[in-house]
Amino acid sequence: MITVDKLSKTFTLHILNEKRIAACSDISFSVPPGGFLGLSGPSGAGKSTVLKCLYRTYLSTSGAIHYNSAAYGRVDLATLPDRAVIDIRDREMGYVSQFLKVIPRVSALDVIMEPILARNGVSRDAARERAIGLLERLRIPSHLFDAYPATFSGGEQQRINIARAVGWKPRLLLLDEPTASLDRDSVGVVLEILKELREEGTTMIGIFHDTALLASVTDSVYHVC
Amino acid sequence: MEPLIRIRNLSKRFGQGCSRCRDATGQEQDTNLCPHCGSVMACNDVSFDLFRNEALGVVGESGSGKSTLVRLLHFEWEASEGAVEMHRSAGLENLPEIFATGSDYSFNLLGLSHFQKRQLRNALMGIVYQNPHLGLRMQISSGGNIAERLLGAGWRHIGKMRRRSAELLERTEIPVERMDEPPCNFSGGMQQRVQIAKALSNNPLILFLDEVTTGLDLSVQARVLDLIRNLRSEFNLSMLVVSHDLGVINLLCQRTMVMKSGHVVESGLTDQILQDPQHRYTQLLVASQL
Repeated sequence: MITVDKLSKTFTLHILNEKRIAACSDISFSVPPGGFLGLSGPSGAGKSTVLKCLYRTYLSTSGAIHYNSAAYGRVDLATLPDRAVIDIRDREMGYVSQFLKVIPRVSALDVIMEPILARNGVSRDAARERAIGLLERLRIPSHLFDAYPATFSGGEQQRINIARAVGWKPRLLLLDEPTASLDRDSVGVVLEILKELREEGTTMIGIFHDTALLASVTDSVYHVC
Repeated sequence: MEPLIRIRNLSKRFGQGCSRCRDATGQEQDTNLCPHCGSVMACNDVSFDLFRNEALGVVGESGSGKSTLVRLLHFEWEASEGAVEMHRSAGLENLPEIFATGSDYSFNLLGLSHFQKRQLRNALMGIVYQNPHLGLRMQISSGGNIAERLLGAGWRHIGKMRRRSAELLERTEIPVERMDEPPCNFSGGMQQRVQIAKALSNNPLILFLDEVTTGLDLSVQARVLDLIRNLRSEFNLSMLVVSHDLGVINLLCQRTMVMKSGHVVESGLTDQILQDPQHRYTQLLVASQL
């Protein structure tokens, strides 16, 4: 499904006297369709950088990211034209960031419904039903459904973030510490949801801080150093 | 997926120009003023594609050429050089002569007559300026401002024009009972919303937004941005969003171009431009954000 070949990312900071920061180098791994790869390694090793290169939030300095797209066939996400990357993000590739970055002044329910409506071609009622189902499972109190997530607690925001990313059932899902700020019960629910998504065929690459958790949910682990 | 509109090597020079203008200005020289002849290269060799249903951001400091670019594309100013080509799917049935047989794209629109350009603008484009005085006649009723635009697009029935105006003002959150008041009676945020209603009246395919929230206070700014965001998905608009505010660009646009001294110095996905800026100037811009 996705094969990363000698991926490196170095930041060149022109405004700091051309200072160069190597964020990750020579990363190579492969994930089969439906697989779940975990990325491990100490803080600052470049795990998040790898995910951001895959999502194209960062431009890779060298190396290739071969992805078998449903719409475009085999492409290199490192060099694919911007417009095609946007299209793949819209149709196939989801990303859960470490922190929620939502659109201001949009209710929690709409935050989750928006991608379902835009990408799954379902009715408003069906999207609403799916979104409410997720919010309830993730134990977001129902009086918060129509509130703005910017005012939520850290853990609640993170659960909204996850619900938004999984609600539309992407083909490839990138997870950057999705459970970091959650209590034990919520972590259990999130893992359950991820498991169901995998059973429906979603391929995943994830970073988990907790090594026991990493081993239990993924089927292979790549060590970034 | 083909672009709705292709812009190639677009330039605008103010002044007589000389053979050295192009090489003596730009990002490396850090100026758009030619030291040899005193001409200003306001836009220099700008090329990009605009796709359907997309919002493309243009950021850059004052004087970088952002607004010039909009005025060239809106046919307000004559370009010195370059080409603008429209895809056949834009549905220009009343202008069949601008397409060569067998080609998906039109001839260079910059070469059309003034009359054809006006037709094209009325059929396809809408614009919202930073300064509402540029987009509205301040002494004429708000409904009349919209009707004027509808007249340009070929509407003739007064009752229908009035209904359409009321509908658009309602959509942009202007109380319909105030549609007979001139915009000079309105607050800055309301004037901006009347401008948006006017710009949308002919159901444009392309909407140009030139610093539309600059100068508005924060809560008003938020309402105008929310309105634009909702309208984009509702009307399937392609938008060119010019702003020096990275927050506005981040909220509205999936792709962004960065301009400096008349040139596009960098373009990419908006999150990439903000989180992994490549060009020195973009890095400075992102680092300067509050």
